[in-house]
Amino acid sequence: MSRLEVKKTYKLYINGTFPRSESGRIYEVTDAKGNFVANPVLASRKDLRDAVVAARAAQPGWAKATAYNRGQILYRIAEMLEGRADQIAAEISVTTGATQKKAHEQLMAAIDRWVWYAGWSDKLAAAFGSTNPVAGPYYNFTIPEPQGVIAVAPKDEFLAFIDSIAPVITSGNSVIALVPGASAVPAMTFAEVLATSDLPHGVINILTGSHDELAPWAASHMDIDGMDISGIDKKKRTALKEAGAENLKRIHHFDDAQTPTRIYAFMEAKTVWHPIGV
Amino acid sequence: MTFEYAPAPESRAIVSIKPKYGHFIDGKFVNGRNHFATINPATEEVLSQIALGNASDVDKAVIAAQKAYTKVWSKLSGKERGKYLYRIARILQERAREFAVLETLDNGKPIRETRDIDIPLVAAHFFYHAGWADKLDYAGMGKSPKPHGVAGQIIPWNFPLLMLAWKVAPALATGNTVVLKPAETTSLTALLFAEVCQQAELPDGVVNIVTGDGSTGSAIVNHAGIHKIAFTGSTEVGKKIARAIAGTNKKATLELGGKGANIVFDDAPIDETVEGIVNGIFFNQGHVCCAGSRLILQEGVADEITEKLKARMSKIRVGDPLDKNTDLGAINSREQLAKIHELSAAGDAEGADRWSPSCNLSDKGYWFAPTIFTGVTQAHRIAREEIFGPVLSILTFRTPQEAIEKANNTPFGLSAGVWSEKGSRILWATQQLRAGVIWANTFNKFDPTSPFGGYKESGWGREGGRHGLASYLKEGK
Repeated sequence: MSRLEVKKTYKLYINGTFPRSESGRIYEVTDAKGNFVANPVLASRKDLRDAVVAARAAQPGWAKATAYNRGQILYRIAEMLEGRADQIAAEISVTTGATQKKAHEQLMAAIDRWVWYAGWSDKLAAAFGSTNPVAGPYYNFTIPEPQGVIAVAPKDEFLAFIDSIAPVITSGNSVIALVPGASAVPAMTFAEVLATSDLPHGVINILTGSHDELAPWAASHMDIDGMDISGIDKKKRTALKEAGAENLKRIHHFDDAQTPTRIYAFMEAKTVWHPIGV
Repeated sequence: MTFEYAPAPESRAIVSIKPKYGHFIDGKFVNGRNHFATINPATEEVLSQIALGNASDVDKAVIAAQKAYTKVWSKLSGKERGKYLYRIARILQERAREFAVLETLDNGKPIRETRDIDIPLVAAHFFYHAGWADKLDYAGMGKSPKPHGVAGQIIPWNFPLLMLAWKVAPALATGNTVVLKPAETTSLTALLFAEVCQQAELPDGVVNIVTGDGSTGSAIVNHAGIHKIAFTGSTEVGKKIARAIAGTNKKATLELGGKGANIVFDDAPIDETVEGIVNGIFFNQGHVCCAGSRLILQEGVADEITEKLKARMSKIRVGDPLDKNTDLGAINSREQLAKIHELSAAGDAEGADRWSPSCNLSDKGYWFAPTIFTGVTQAHRIAREEIFGPVLSILTFRTPQEAIEKANNTPFGLSAGVWSEKGSRILWATQQLRAGVIWANTFNKFDPTSPFGGYKESGWGREGGRHGLASYLKEGK
C-alpha cells in the first residue's frame, strides 16, 4: 500500500506565528477540475485587528534597522524562496491551471523581485531625498521615511502578492497582506519562507480570505497608515477611499508591477532645519 | 527710567483699494453678483466688498483655464513659461511694499512680518519655480513629465499671498493652469496679484481667481474640469475633500492642521530657546499650521524656561499691525477669536493654569493677548486640538523617550522643534519625531527650496523643493 501524504492545515501568518482564525472560518480552493486542494482561512475582522497590533509593534524596530541590514534580509527572503521554488511553482500550477513552465517563470520572477527590492533599501535616500540650498545660514535636508503600517490587497496571483509586499517593507514599513482566492495556497507556503528568513516577526502579516470583507475593514481601521488597492475592482475603490479619508490614509493603486514608485508611495518626506554657526 | 516706543506707522498711502471687486477670469476682472465685506481685523473698518463666487463663476473660470491650458500654456516651451514666472517674481519685488501694506490691512498681521517674511518669500517662490520650468526632466519624474491640466487651488487666510505663491508658482512652472480661491477674509492681495499677472502679460486664463466662501471652494473641488486639487486649511475640510474626490481621478495635495511639539532638552541654550519658543507660537499671532503650540520642557529646566518666557512675553508689543514696532497683530476674524476664547476657556475648565502679560488691547478689532498654559496634560483639549492662536500649552518630561512619546501622541504630524546643544541628541530626536518639518534650534523657517508638509492627518504631499514640484506632474515614461 502506498504511503498516505501528510497534508498541511492552513492557518494565518501573524507576528511570525501561524494562528488559526478566531472565527474558525475557512473556504475551499480547488484545482481546475474542481478537485479539492486546500481549505485556507477566511480571515475575520478580529484577525485583521490582531495583525494590525503585530504590524504596529514590529514597525519601529524594522524601520530602525540599517538599510544595509534590511537589504540583506530581503535578499535572504530570495534565497529561502529559491529553496522552496518547486513546491510553490507546483502550487501555482495546480491552483491556477497554469502550465508547470508558466508557474515556474512566475516563481523565478518573484525571486528576482526580492533581489531587486533588496538593492533599493539603501538607495532610497539618494533617489528621493535632497539637501536644500535655503537662503539663510541653515543646513536643510529632506529624507524619505516609511509611513508605518500598510495594508495591501493584491489581485489573486502569487506574483502580484509579492509585488504588493516587497516594495512596502523595503523602506521600513510593516505590512498586512490581504490575500484573496487561490493565491492563498502559495502565499501561505511563502509565509513558511518568511518564518525562516530573519525577517523580524510582525513585519509581514498575511491574512487570507475575501477582499470584499477585509478591504473595507482595513480602509476604516484608524491604525493603518496606507493601502495598496491595486487588486481591488475599480468600482469598489471609491468606497475604500471614502472610508480611508477618516485618517487620511495614503491609498494608491499601481499599473506597473515593478517600480520604485511602489516604494516611495508609502514613504513620507521629512525636512530638517539646523542653524549653521560657530 | 523707562524706554517707550513712539508710534512708527507704515503709511497706507501706497495702496489703493477699490470699493468693490469682482472675479479675475480669463485675464479680465468680471463682476460678481453677490458681495460680502472684507474688513481690517485690527479696526473692523470695512475695506472693500468681495464677490461671492457661485458654481457658475467657478465654471467660467474652469472653462477659461481649460482653454488656456490646451491652446496656450501646454504648447509653450518651458523656457517661455519660466520667463513669465521670472517677470511675475520681479514685479512682486517692485511692488513688495504695496503688497505688504495691503496684506497687513486685510489680514491683521504685523507689517514687520509681511514686509520681511511673507512678501519676500512670495517673490522667492516665483523666482525658484521659474527656473524649474525648463528643467522638468531633472525633477525625478522621468523623461518629459506632463502637467495634470487645470489645478483647483484653495488657500487659507493666515498667509494669504504666500499660500497663493506656494500654489500658483509650481502649478505654472509645470505647465498647469489655475483656478484659485483665496480665503473669505483675505482676498485683497490675491486680487492685486491678478493685476501683476496682467502687468506680466501672462496669457489670459492661465491664472483665474474666484473669490468666495466654502461653497465656492466646494464648487471648485467638485468641478469635473479640475484635474488636481491643492488645498491648505483645516484637517476637517481636508477629509471632506478626500471623500469628495474618492470616486474621481483627481490628484490632491492637502496641507492641513497641526499641533507641533517644541521639545526643550535640559542642555538647550536657554536664551536662544526662549526666543525660539516665542517665534514658534507667537509668529503670525499663532495662526500657523506648523506652530510650536505644545512646548515640552525637560523638568530640570522647566521652571527657568517658563520664568524667562514670561519675562520675554511681557516685552511683546501687541497692537497696530501697521506699526513697524508691533510684534503681535490682530486676530484675523471674529470667528477665529471666538474659537481661541473657547479653547482657552476649556484649558481653564480642565485645570491648566493660564498666564498672560498685561496688555492694553483695543476695544475695536479682534485681539488676544499672548497666553501660556502650564500644568497641561496630554488629555487636555488645549494639548490635543489646534487652537490657531497665540496660546501655548506647556508640558514637561523626564526622559528623552518620554518627550518623543508625548510629541508623537497626536493624529497630526506637521512640525516639531528640538532644542539641545548636543548634535547626536538632536539627530536622534529628529529621527524619532513623526512630523514632516522639524526645526532644530530654530523654528518657523520657510524656503522655496525646502519641502514642507505633514505626516498622518496633517495632509498629503509636499510643497516646495523638488518634492513639491512632483505633485504637479505626471511621471514621464
